[in-house]
Amino acid sequence: MTTPVAHRPLTAGRRLHIGDTAFRISLFAAGAVVIVVLLSILTIMFVGGKQAFDTFGLGFISGTEWNPVTQIYGALPAITGTLLTAVLALLIAWPIGFGIAFFLTETCPERLRGPLGVAVELLAAVPSIVYGMWGFFVLAPFMAEYVQPWLTATFLWIPPIPDTFYWFTAPPIGVGLITASLVLAIMILPFIAATTRDVLQSTPQLLKDGAYAMGATRWEALTGVVIPAVRGSLFGAVFLGLGRALGETMAVVFVIGNAIRMPDSLMAPSATIASVVANSFPEAEPGTLDLAVLLALGFILFVVSFGVLAIARVLLRQERMS
Amino acid sequence: MSVMTQKASDTTGAAAPVVRETARQTRGAPLGAPAVTPTAPIAATIRISVQDINAFYGEKQALFGVNLEVPDNAITAFIGASGCGKSTLLRCLNRMNDTIPGARVEGRILMDGADINAADIDPVQVRTRIGMVFQKPNPFPISIYENIAFGARTHKLAATKAELDDIVERSLRRAALWDEVKDRLGKPGLGLSGGQQQRLVIARALAVSPAVILMDEPCSALDPIATAHIEALLEDLRKHTCIVIVTHSMAQAARVSQITAFFHMGELIESGPTDQIFTMPKVDQTQNYITGRFG
Ligand SMILES: Nc1ncnc2c1ncn2[C@@H]1O[C@H](COP(=O)(O)OP(=O)(O)OP(=O)(O)O)[C@@H](O)[C@H]1O
Ligand SMILES: [Mg+2]
Repeated sequence: MTTPVAHRPLTAGRRLHIGDTAFRISLFAAGAVVIVVLLSILTIMFVGGKQAFDTFGLGFISGTEWNPVTQIYGALPAITGTLLTAVLALLIAWPIGFGIAFFLTETCPERLRGPLGVAVELLAAVPSIVYGMWGFFVLAPFMAEYVQPWLTATFLWIPPIPDTFYWFTAPPIGVGLITASLVLAIMILPFIAATTRDVLQSTPQLLKDGAYAMGATRWEALTGVVIPAVRGSLFGAVFLGLGRALGETMAVVFVIGNAIRMPDSLMAPSATIASVVANSFPEAEPGTLDLAVLLALGFILFVVSFGVLAIARVLLRQERMS
Repeated sequence: MSVMTQKASDTTGAAAPVVRETARQTRGAPLGAPAVTPTAPIAATIRISVQDINAFYGEKQALFGVNLEVPDNAITAFIGASGCGKSTLLRCLNRMNDTIPGARVEGRILMDGADINAADIDPVQVRTRIGMVFQKPNPFPISIYENIAFGARTHKLAATKAELDDIVERSLRRAALWDEVKDRLGKPGLGLSGGQQQRLVIARALAVSPAVILMDEPCSALDPIATAHIEALLEDLRKHTCIVIVTHSMAQAARVSQITAFFHMGELIESGPTDQIFTMPKVDQTQNYITGRFG
């Protein structure tokens, strides 16, 4: 007659759970791979680009001249192009993405919900090179023909910063900052829409019901109750989009114009960090300053994108916990 | 039903000369078409009339042919075992079932003679007149103050900050929560204890002085003292409001309500004046439930 396990007194000493241990080690290995890869990329970028930082110091980041002939490299034009296109893309994509998400979760007829959701996700599946070609062959001529002349005429009243920045006043050549921003906006739209939709869907129905029961309209429930509940996550969705826009390469190379100088208008041909690297990499010989500069650019982009994504993660997680 | 109407008329008789506040006057106005006039003096005391209601969640039927008259200036208690459809009927009364996908309601529900499910009636209008306290407390993720101010802001009940402050304080006092939160009005409503949250959502519903208040187990998380406060509040509100309360406490139903409706598996088994339901129910099932005998 033995006592059932549950009724035996506790004894000292842990049993070794072999399965558990093996499982834990393999999980740890999988996790470690990610960390090792991440750190090695960061190290190689930094070590490879060190020559650029040694040569130009902080002037590498603030320098506005990029001249392979004289071997003077300043990254500011590329950094400016990167930030401008990303932020413009965000300004265009965010309201639309939010609108799509709100429509999908709240007002969309049940029958449309599935197909529309799938369509948004398909937008994310289009390869970026396809967006690039479409941007170059379809969007850019259209911009040059119709949109840019209209923009120039419409926003003539915005006072320029003399000799520096003329906003929408520039020759309508199609490719340039604003066209690149539009293509980027379309590319990040599905991410913003999908993330925002998930965030809105995660709001408990009981909470929305509470607002509706107070005689609130959908709009009042959204602004008064739902948005305060998920504010951080909504910003998280924005930063996620920003992170993608910053690093996007192929589509941008096609439509940005690839001119590495400070843009003097929103329509000027420009360059982003990613487009500069993609364009110049084939000619950069190992061991030269040319290559070091590109690796240093990569390092900067990596750090910026990493920071943006980290912010996105933190914001998205905040709400889940509360 | 005849017994109930009679009872309803004498409750109203006592409470008729109550002077209503202006805010309530507009909120208590008939829904939609102004053509609606009470047909008979008795009918005027019936605030909500439930006629042949069948409610469905998808294929599953939750209510079967329910008929009930809910009088004004009285507290109507819904009792019955868990899952018998009390919350479902309550949600039908202010069209909250609209928000559940697949939920469907057949039959008519008249509020002051107007069909609240009619195609030309805006559910927002219905809910503006009918306040609701949910079975689970659902404070908004904003401050305590803003929770209470939400309805007043939505319906523009306060012209100045002082008026809004006043509404907030009054509502919190009535829900017996003021003393506990007066120093932390700016803190999140979600930071309150379960029982405090329950009183918070009661205060939130009161803040807009609805003509009808639906309460789904409003005292389920309250201690006896807070419960006594809320029951006193209900008795006071009754003077100028129509109240429906779901409760699992027979004692509470007996204490606070004038009308009791007993549900069993989606059917309204019996309804009538509370003292009659509790002393001499017509149906054995009711008797068994009230006395705690099942089978
Ligand atoms: N959203 C829903 N979807 C599907 N079925 C539901 C839903 N809500 C309620 N029901 C079902 O409808 C029936 C009535 O539920 P209801 O919530 O009205 O019961 P109740 O009397 O309020 O119970 P309790 O006392 O436990 O709150 C139950 O069988 C329940 O399972
Ligand atoms: Mg219930």
